[in-house]
Amino acid sequence: MKNKLSRFAIPYVIWMALFVVAPIIMVVVYAFSSADGGFTLDNFSNMGTYAVVFGRSFKLAFIATVICLAIGYPVSYMMSKEGPGFQRIAMVLIMLPMWINFLLRTYSWMSILENNGLLNQLFRSIGLISLYNRVFGTELQFFPMMNTQGAVVLGMVYNYLPFMILPIYSVIIKLDNSLIEAARDLGANSINVFRRVILPLSFPGILSGITMVFVPSVSTFAISKMLGGGTEMILGDLIEQQFLGGAYNPQLGAAISLVMMVIVVVCMVVMNRFGEGEEQAVML
Amino acid sequence: MSKELIRLRDLCMAYDNEPVLNNINLYINDKEFLTLLGPSGCGKTTTLRIIGGFVTPTSGDVLFDGVRINDVPPYQRQINTVFQKYALFPHLNVFENIAFGLRMQKRPDPSDPTGKRMMKIPEEEIRERVMEMLEVISLKGFENRRPDALSGGQQQRVAIARALVNKPKVLLLDEPLGALDLKLRKDMQIELKRIQQQVGITFIYVTHDQEEALTMSDTIVVMDKGSIQQIGTPEDIYNEPKNAFVADFIGESNIIDGVMVRDKLVQMYGKQFPCLDGGFAENEPVDVVIRPEDIDIVPVEQGQLTGTVTNVTFKGMQYDIIVDFRGFKWLIQTTDHSPVGARIGIKLDPDSIHVMKKSAYSGMFGDYSSFSEEYDELDDASLALDEEESGDEE
Repeated sequence: MKNKLSRFAIPYVIWMALFVVAPIIMVVVYAFSSADGGFTLDNFSNMGTYAVVFGRSFKLAFIATVICLAIGYPVSYMMSKEGPGFQRIAMVLIMLPMWINFLLRTYSWMSILENNGLLNQLFRSIGLISLYNRVFGTELQFFPMMNTQGAVVLGMVYNYLPFMILPIYSVIIKLDNSLIEAARDLGANSINVFRRVILPLSFPGILSGITMVFVPSVSTFAISKMLGGGTEMILGDLIEQQFLGGAYNPQLGAAISLVMMVIVVVCMVVMNRFGEGEEQAVML
Repeated sequence: MSKELIRLRDLCMAYDNEPVLNNINLYINDKEFLTLLGPSGCGKTTTLRIIGGFVTPTSGDVLFDGVRINDVPPYQRQINTVFQKYALFPHLNVFENIAFGLRMQKRPDPSDPTGKRMMKIPEEEIRERVMEMLEVISLKGFENRRPDALSGGQQQRVAIARALVNKPKVLLLDEPLGALDLKLRKDMQIELKRIQQQVGITFIYVTHDQEEALTMSDTIVVMDKGSIQQIGTPEDIYNEPKNAFVADFIGESNIIDGVMVRDKLVQMYGKQFPCLDGGFAENEPVDVVIRPEDIDIVPVEQGQLTGTVTNVTFKGMQYDIIVDFRGFKWLIQTTDHSPVGARIGIKLDPDSIHVMKKSAYSGMFGDYSSFSEEYDELDDASLALDEEESGDEE
């Protein structure tokens, strides 16, 4: 508290203490408590039954992250090559969905994906469904798209894609063009310029993009609940159930939350260690 | 004589119909240190970037060893560039920065008789060549440093090594010393010249610093407004500037309106001065260049011209004095102190007078105050005394 202005941070510190630190402490305490309040490790030893949910959560989040990266990187890269007018418009278009409430956006996907939804109507009208039936000898009235893992991944990608694009874009746009010219001058063709210079230098953006997509994906519950219909339960749903649902067991819920947090933190630390060198490079 | 390596033929360049280069014709010899010199916006960097292959000229040809290379991409040219702000790769250490070009190279595999199979340069050879370069730039032991852990001068040298390790035929340098402080710049000028002589290749150097150009170059190309103003050795450019722009840009110059009476006789201030120049028409109006260090100060009665000192600046080695000759102010560099307000005479040796043809630049440079109206009243009666004396000189 050397600086006089630092007293303006006090409200925030209190806020943090009340609503971030205290809940984490509560989670930790609950995780090691039994229903009657005594110390126990049962919450953790019983977690094995939920290994499937853990596996599914990380799998779906991983797939969503990979897809976001596969879409987000080329988009960021191409955007950075366009004129400032194009970049501004593209940026608005990418941000636009984020101005609409998260739940509303996900709801609208429900009406797109459901059995009588927009997509199925489209497929039916262009004859795709009857074509499929003829080819595979099935008698489908619609493509079942709701309540699948694919729908959950789609929801994750749709909701979190901007968080992949923005950090990557902001790193690429700041790349010094003379570095690219230098690489070309030294004999690198376009592929090598990208592989040896642009890609390694955009690493910090990729890292923060991955973090910003993976962490919310792995812990989301609204998306899986709405698009997965509860049949594809992931960690977020599981935890929610322990606190609000029929399987009321806040101690177990806290323990699952804690394990998830630890796994995520470990992932992030490992990744950041991995990218440390590049991080410095860009700070230059 | 060394042979011609690069030729620029009728080179024109325009951005959005805004011409930046007009009909550049230039040839560059092998192993030459050539400098493109001019103020910012004169087209020198564009010329360099055309040679490097980063921009394609609107019209005209770039010939390398007699072959047209207009459309050859940079990575296929035997030319490397040292960029203005070094452009070292921040994610690679010094060794990898220098090795970058070598790792990009492929060459025929000697074990393949058809000669079609290509191979990368073996790791030992890369190591050897990088180490050799580190020695040339005196940075041995720095190979594991990141560029941001180097000083500006060291980064500069790494950038040079990174280009030279590819054994290019030509090295392009775009104001490479611009970001260094004065002392370091002087050291690097000598260092660059040494490196150029040691590796024995052509350097094409872009700068707006006339002193840098004079120090290092074999040939200087002075450019302005997208056109070449003069090509020559540093001595030529300094002693025999072609027009008022060159005279003013290279060193300090007093540029006076004159009339060439006949060969080896020029008239200014209504008086005639013997000089060494010829080849002008009789009574052709000309620009006369007199370098401030070539002027002898003499007592008023012995002077060919007399003027009043209006300003004195002590510069260490000499005084810069501004002398008013009937409204036209000259800069004179002298070791003798003359106080402000003193009347002095000057004497001009024939070899201190350089006569140039009139050009678009006439009247724009060479006066050390703003152009004065009094200058038009040259034939004032008050000049009578001077005129008498000029007679003696002839």
